[in-house]
Amino acid sequence: MGVFPGLVGSLSLDFSVKLAEAAVKKGHTVDYWVSSNATMLSKKGQRSFKDYSTLYKTLEELFKTGNFKACACEACAEARGFHKEDLMEGWIRKSMDWYLASSFDADRVLMIGGE
Amino acid sequence: MATTKMGFIIKSLPYKTEASRLAMTHAIASQTVEIYLEDGDMVEPVVCFIGDGVLNCLKNQATAKHYDITSLEMHIRNSLLLDLKVLYCKEDLDRFGIKEDALIMDAEDLGGETKAQIVPYSEIQKEMDSVNHLQFF
Repeated sequence: MGVFPGLVGSLSLDFSVKLAEAAVKKGHTVDYWVSSNATMLSKKGQRSFKDYSTLYKTLEELFKTGNFKACACEACAEARGFHKEDLMEGWIRKSMDWYLASSFDADRVLMIGGE
Repeated sequence: MATTKMGFIIKSLPYKTEASRLAMTHAIASQTVEIYLEDGDMVEPVVCFIGDGVLNCLKNQATAKHYDITSLEMHIRNSLLLDLKVLYCKEDLDRFGIKEDALIMDAEDLGGETKAQIVPYSEIQKEMDSVNHLQFF
């Protein structure tokens, strides 16, 4: 799954996480790639507010299943000031070829577009 | 030994959002994907510009001068240099009154041999039918 929208400002990212969660619950494995503003999702230290959805908790549960891999675009993150030490546990950072390699033998590729 | 064909369909305006740049950088990343794959396996991208997306393909973009960033023109030229298939929708170019001489058609000055192609939408539809995975930007 390739995901591009920002963390706060639209619910597209929420949709993608819920879709990944539903897929994993159905027994699928999910590779979850975030690029562009969606890299914000990979940043540790997010706080939970009632006005905003809290996606990191769902991600933590997904990582525990072993059927969910999440990777952030390294260049997109660095351009936004997120460095390796800012990465939430469970995430990896790679360049865009990781996403294409994941797509290579995926049964389905879903792209959730950004702003 | 297998090939997965991926369609990158660009319909977004240039520079208004990051979308068209991301489409092109992801397509170009197909050139280094082999490091993750088995020997002989490859990803074959095709990049199609449709709708407002054809405005990405205009020559003489001056983004380095005005924004101090690489231009989408350079990404298209790099795509051609790397022999990616790049298609422009003829009907959408006609809609904007854009002629071929206003478009980035090759990367000859960089040593590229592959040319962009202006094709009817029906040809782009055939490409979309032929790919394994399709992504709209």
